[in-house]
Amino acid sequence: MSRPRSHAEYLSRLVPPSVAGLRRRSLLAGAAGGGVLLGTGLLAGCGDADPEGSGSTTVSLGSNQSDPKPKEVTAKVMDGFRASSGITVAVNTVDHNTFQENINNYLQGKPDDVFMWFAGYRMRFFAGRGLAADLSDVWSGLSGMSDAFRKASTGDDGKQYFVPSSYYPWAVFYRKSVWQQYGYQVPKTLGELTTLAAEMKKDGLSPIAFADKDGWPAMGTFDILNLRINGYQFHIDLMAGKESWTSGKVRTVFDTWRGLLPLHQPDSLGRTWQEAAQSLQQKKSGMYLLGLFVAQQFRDDEQDDLDFFTFPEIDPAVGAKALDAPIDGYMMARRPKAEDNARKLLAYVGSKAAADIVVKNDPSTLVANSEADTSGYTALQRKAAELVGSATEIAQFLDRDTRPDFASTVIIPALQQFIREPADIDGLTTSIENQKKSIFTD
Amino acid sequence: MSDQSQVPQDHAVPSAVTTTTTGGRRRRLRVLSRTDRVVIALMVLVPLLLVVGLVWLPALATVGLSATDWDGIGPVGDIEWVGARNYADVVGNYPPFVPAVQNNLLWLAALFVVATPFGMFLAVLLDKELRGTRFYQTALYLPVVLSLALIGFVWQLIYSRDQGLLNGVFGTDVDWYGDPDVNIWAVLVAAGWRHVGYVMLLYLAGLKGVDPSLREAAAVDGASEVNTFFKVVFPVLRPINIIVLVVTVIESLRAFDLVWVINKGRNGLELLSALVTANVVGEASRIGFGSALATSMLVVSLVFITVYLTTVMREDRR
Repeated sequence: MSRPRSHAEYLSRLVPPSVAGLRRRSLLAGAAGGGVLLGTGLLAGCGDADPEGSGSTTVSLGSNQSDPKPKEVTAKVMDGFRASSGITVAVNTVDHNTFQENINNYLQGKPDDVFMWFAGYRMRFFAGRGLAADLSDVWSGLSGMSDAFRKASTGDDGKQYFVPSSYYPWAVFYRKSVWQQYGYQVPKTLGELTTLAAEMKKDGLSPIAFADKDGWPAMGTFDILNLRINGYQFHIDLMAGKESWTSGKVRTVFDTWRGLLPLHQPDSLGRTWQEAAQSLQQKKSGMYLLGLFVAQQFRDDEQDDLDFFTFPEIDPAVGAKALDAPIDGYMMARRPKAEDNARKLLAYVGSKAAADIVVKNDPSTLVANSEADTSGYTALQRKAAELVGSATEIAQFLDRDTRPDFASTVIIPALQQFIREPADIDGLTTSIENQKKSIFTD
Repeated sequence: MSDQSQVPQDHAVPSAVTTTTTGGRRRRLRVLSRTDRVVIALMVLVPLLLVVGLVWLPALATVGLSATDWDGIGPVGDIEWVGARNYADVVGNYPPFVPAVQNNLLWLAALFVVATPFGMFLAVLLDKELRGTRFYQTALYLPVVLSLALIGFVWQLIYSRDQGLLNGVFGTDVDWYGDPDVNIWAVLVAAGWRHVGYVMLLYLAGLKGVDPSLREAAAVDGASEVNTFFKVVFPVLRPINIIVLVVTVIESLRAFDLVWVINKGRNGLELLSALVTANVVGEASRIGFGSALATSMLVVSLVFITVYLTTVMREDRR
């Protein structure tokens, strides 16, 4: 976004878009309504101008970590920050999905000084639109961050806008005890996976747990199939709208998926991922393609029984080295009230100290800082870190790698349609491509 | 509307009497004190401003935005006009649109044919002063009072495929929320559950107001219970009937909360209101496209509003 051209425009940016829209219309309509609402704008301006000097000892954080476990970990990290800096963090926790869906209004309204977000297309988008602040100076003080993370934190203009804190891979999870009981072996190719799944079916298990009531989990399946069949570059280009959905390559992905669907748990469109994970935990399903957060659905004494493998190779020419590993982290609002404290907080959450606290408390994530003491990692975490470390390319997950309007209003209904009626692939891909053209216009 | 036109007169006439004791009625009305004129002006202007500012301007702005491809970010100057492209996309290039229109109509039909008559029936029963009538009233009205988050949770407990009450009790594995042929009916049951209570309360209030002598007269003439209701009570309740009808239409047009809580109005539960929200309010921010959807919803509502208003006005003139 460009610099404001006038004082009125500057003020207009201070109010949320809903109000701003009303105000514009009123101004067009007549002086009376406009005057009243202009008053609101001025008041908002005064509110923002309230001096919160550098001597203040608070900073606000918008958190999307609403599940009990991550919420607790966030609180512990913030306690650590207070202990080291004397600055209190006012954490404003919002339901994870709600936070994500309201992000536009949130960032244009009065966001918290620091807010949690993801790496990927959207981070770069907000940076490009001037809704997030440049964090290059915070980055210059960070140590222990790999080049891959620096790259993932960099906007289109080459500056950093994001401090990574944790990440997690998507893989196929299973219970060791179940696999030992039946003598299953980790599949290395798609053929082996299909054979294994057929065996599981015979043994009375749902071979692959599956849930897509919320619309996003199926994206993980699409991602990994596309990465295995067509490779990382094609996947990223497809997400960026540069490749056609009607191409034979995308068709092959859906064709392969159609072949695998009978091996998935049926009636997935009415099931939440938590319920699917519990079917794995209750030994009713054989395996489950999901993020490492699946571990949250397992009791503490069952954590050691959980294991995973990366989705097997489909095309030997492509290999099995790419995967989804979304990075979570922190960003700073464009005009934070307590900017100094916000920068201190961002430096802290990217530090070894904060990473150590996370490692100690949450077995379902991996910390971004490589200097962190990872001796506290469970076997599962260590294996996950190795998996991501050995990956040749890392994707961020479909809804983080493409435009959100495309992901939520086109891809989610389309994938649900596919799960419902897997036969009509041509109609499906044509529909996606037509809708893509109407969305990727600029 | 009729309220607003009544109010100023009530204030005006008595004070006019105090200021002028002589002269005809026409003169008395013209000579209003300054206070009266200010009051009248305020009485007219304040509601007018509110209606124009909060209803008509946003509605017109929505129609205006529907011809743009605004994404909700950045100054107004950057908005690009795209003409009718959004409308063409809504109709021809947006698979959820047609099911949404169908579902809205189905919703209207289900509430109108099943839930509303059932609510009226319950009201008639409760009007009989049964024992524990207070308890039944409360129980039936409770769903209207409960918060939407709680209702979604309650029905999730009942309908969940793997862990739900229904499948647990009957030993079935129907995918109540996931199967697009089933879930709309499952949700209509939940919506009806709420609507029945609402209609019941409205109608019960009306029934309490019916002059008992009418019923007595009908009984003396030897009319049966059923005949008394349909030929005497029902016609007398005309105003309440119209309110119930309007409430039913409004409820089915703005139906939103339940499907949103369940699965954001996808996969068989598409509703126009949910599509508007998914496009405008969510992370997507397809403001222009969502506005085109909202405008189509406005057009549908206008049809019903026009039919209603013409009927009511024709009645008044008679």
